[in-house]
Amino acid sequence: MEAIAPTTRVVQGPSLRQRLAARGFDAVTLLVVPAAVFSLLLFVYPFAFGFILSFEPKNGGWLANYQRFFSDSYLYDTIANTLLLSVPVTLLNLLFAVPVSFRVRLMRRQRLLTTILVLPITLGTVLVAEGLLNYLGPQGWFNRTLVALGLIDQPLRLVHNYWGVFASLVITGFPFTFLLTLSYVTGIDPALEQAAATLGASAWQRFVHVYLPLLMPGFAITFCLSFVQAFSVFPSAVLLGEPAGSTRVISIAAYQAAFEEYDYSMASAVAMIMGFVQLAIVVLVLASRGLFYRGPASGAKG
Amino acid sequence: MIRDTTLGAKLWAAAVWSLVGFFVINLLAMIGTVITSSFATRWLGTWLPLGWTTRWYSSAWSEFQLWDVLIVTFQVAGLVVLLSGALGVTAAYALARREFAGKRLLVLLFLLPLLIPPITFGIPLATVLYRTGLAGTFWGVVVANLVPTVPFVILVMIPFIEQIDPKIEAAARVFGANTFKLFIHVLLPLLLPGILAALLLVLVRTIAMFELTFLVAGPTSQTLVVALYYAVFAAGVRAVQSIDAMAVVYMATTLVWLVIALRFVNPTQIVTRAKQQPAH
Amino acid sequence: MTIALSQFGEVRLDRVSREFGALNALRDVSLTIQRREFIALLGPSGCGKSTTLNCIAGLLPVTGGAIWLDKNRIDTLRPEERGFGMVFQNYALFPHLNVRQNIGFGLKMRGMPKAEIDRKVNEALGLVRLQGQENKLPGQLSGGQQQRVAIARAIVIEPPLVLMDEPLSNLDAKLRLEMRAEIRRIHNELGATTIYVTHDQDEALSLADRIVVLRDGVVRQVGTPKELYEAPAHLDVAEFMGFRNRLKGTVVSVENGRALLDVEGSRISGVARENLSVGSTAYAAIRPDDLVLGEAGGNALKVKVDTIEYRGREFVGTAHSEGGLDFVFRSHQPVDLGSTVHLQADDQRVLVFAEPIKGRR
Repeated sequence: MEAIAPTTRVVQGPSLRQRLAARGFDAVTLLVVPAAVFSLLLFVYPFAFGFILSFEPKNGGWLANYQRFFSDSYLYDTIANTLLLSVPVTLLNLLFAVPVSFRVRLMRRQRLLTTILVLPITLGTVLVAEGLLNYLGPQGWFNRTLVALGLIDQPLRLVHNYWGVFASLVITGFPFTFLLTLSYVTGIDPALEQAAATLGASAWQRFVHVYLPLLMPGFAITFCLSFVQAFSVFPSAVLLGEPAGSTRVISIAAYQAAFEEYDYSMASAVAMIMGFVQLAIVVLVLASRGLFYRGPASGAKG
Repeated sequence: MIRDTTLGAKLWAAAVWSLVGFFVINLLAMIGTVITSSFATRWLGTWLPLGWTTRWYSSAWSEFQLWDVLIVTFQVAGLVVLLSGALGVTAAYALARREFAGKRLLVLLFLLPLLIPPITFGIPLATVLYRTGLAGTFWGVVVANLVPTVPFVILVMIPFIEQIDPKIEAAARVFGANTFKLFIHVLLPLLLPGILAALLLVLVRTIAMFELTFLVAGPTSQTLVVALYYAVFAAGVRAVQSIDAMAVVYMATTLVWLVIALRFVNPTQIVTRAKQQPAH
Repeated sequence: MTIALSQFGEVRLDRVSREFGALNALRDVSLTIQRREFIALLGPSGCGKSTTLNCIAGLLPVTGGAIWLDKNRIDTLRPEERGFGMVFQNYALFPHLNVRQNIGFGLKMRGMPKAEIDRKVNEALGLVRLQGQENKLPGQLSGGQQQRVAIARAIVIEPPLVLMDEPLSNLDAKLRLEMRAEIRRIHNELGATTIYVTHDQDEALSLADRIVVLRDGVVRQVGTPKELYEAPAHLDVAEFMGFRNRLKGTVVSVENGRALLDVEGSRISGVARENLSVGSTAYAAIRPDDLVLGEAGGNALKVKVDTIEYRGREFVGTAHSEGGLDFVFRSHQPVDLGSTVHLQADDQRVLVFAEPIKGRR
């Protein structure tokens, strides 16, 4: 938007205040400054600080932390361990969330279900880990029911291993994935499906040719957010898994570096690697999103 | 979705509902286990405990110094609510009402702490806070918790403020309201439902925020959820029931606020921060 | 009647400009509004009429010129210091306040004692005929009732000037006519001074004492409704006043205020409204009402009929000429579609304008 210079008469130029106001900077805009300064100071600055710190190791050259991480299997295995947990869990959650949200969308009273599902998100991973320790334990109700039903003879070992962490990630992750998916699914104009039906598309065809292309971007974002949450699993990996073995996830490595070895430089390096792996997966998913339809999902109203 | 009445569609619906049922039953049973155990005298190898008691609550109360922990928890949460409300609502107002260069960048800046998991940015944040000596203190915990809650308030409030017609503010001005009166008589009453909802959710999130508090808290600045973690971590030192009693106290403190918050927001919005209902 | 509006002489806009940031810039708008006048600011969307109103109200700062209330310069005052009453397009009623609180808002801001606020609000309620609704919230009112609340809220503060920004645009056609009469009645009863923004020329013609036609941020013409209706000064004003037929031609001769045009080979004569030079391009503007079926020769053009609509008392048709000019005309008898007829206009009812200067946008 360019201002038209007055030509008919000589005027002194607009004051600085007017020029700033024309660009949207005035007293009201300044209200954003405290929050922005806060975020810069306590979010951006620590990240930058940690990034630089990770190249200033206690011993060795500037890359020593990263060299150590990628040469020590006890450290670099944490990436694989975390991915082995987070990728299957996220896929499973998304796979279940999609049909469920299509079904729940039809419900007139969704609120009870969504309220129940929001419980594990609100309670958090520590409580879920605590609860699952008992519930999935050899004497817990879960194993007891399976034995009583005659499905198994011996209680399954479900805690202090991979499956305990897996279960906790499903309990907290599924509701998160589901609620996100539900918001995307309900965002699609039902008239589109009705239109497809009048044109002769079956339920499956309607899903594949109408819903799926429209929902793909939403699913991609849901996957990213759910994955990032799962990848940063921490308390349940310690409490419900075997933190020295199969569920030694990358956040445990970062925590130990910082609070057991007091090597903040190494801890920052691990945190940066953790952030980088998350970023890499997110970029990968969102880049493939470019292959799909992007635009309004509500028909002409957009 | 168009309702289908073929057999296949019915089977499919049944399968989906069983899935949901299985999940909900396990979830409730898990919570039920904790509650049952917290009232159990002895519970080993049976469906239900041998007897019932409430003594674990009093023992948990004294063993874990729950009174002190609860006070710290509510002091932290209260301060986080007040500060993130003050910082967040003002910033949201500016972002909702003005277009300016760099606005998109700023929104991204506020979006990132919500998208990046706390453990990822918590380690560098804790490092900085330890360098400044803030970590381990009460204020360190407050400051760390503000990092995601300020953006949360901003992003919840922006659509809420946007749906208030700026002409209403113009009308208040024309009819003689100065900035202060405009805020007191017009903006505050209109924004109150949104502010209340946002701040209640901040309260719940802060009580339940494990990672950031865990990374920066010292022995005297622990919140309930961190104390619970340490108790579970050191399981075997205390009776299981005692830990479960503490877990129930934690659930109660969280869920009371969640129930109140759900009077103002849809559960879906806790995750998606979608548009709020109109203010009138 | 104790709602007594402040006494003053005139409001004067002195070369008001608004040129930064806003899309609808204003350029050198000068205008004097006398006490008790009803002024309509008329123009298409984006012409700057709402910008003018917002500058007067103080909601937009002016970037040049000054606004005077008698001897006091007011464009430097904040909106809350000007004390004008304003009716907004979507009414902008406070959704959390009931009718009584909405109307009393301005008085409360002025720190008036509660008893006096109540008395004045009651009176305003009576004036806009809303007794019995005072405890409802705006959301519970119909569009017309909300409109009445907005008007009551604006006049109860006894402002020197009442500003109205397209107040009827959200009402349906019937209610619009009703509220139009109400606005004029209240204006007269109070002896108010009103500036009224609208894009609807019927509204402006029927309500206003004087109309200001704006286009591209510039005042095009100021005059009484009769002056504007009968003697628009420019082609764009004429089009806005219902001269829907615009016949492009070449000036053949100009004398005694009359111009003769060559339009597609036919001679059209009319009243010259601007300076015309022989041989230049010019436009003949004719209202559909004045374009009727006639004979070849006398101020007529040959056209082919495209559509014909029955309108009760008469027919309204559209047609096009061989040269591609479009016409809207009136007829007392039905005309066959596709038939070729001659359309004729009384040369007193034809206005001739010079070609508009391009490149203002």
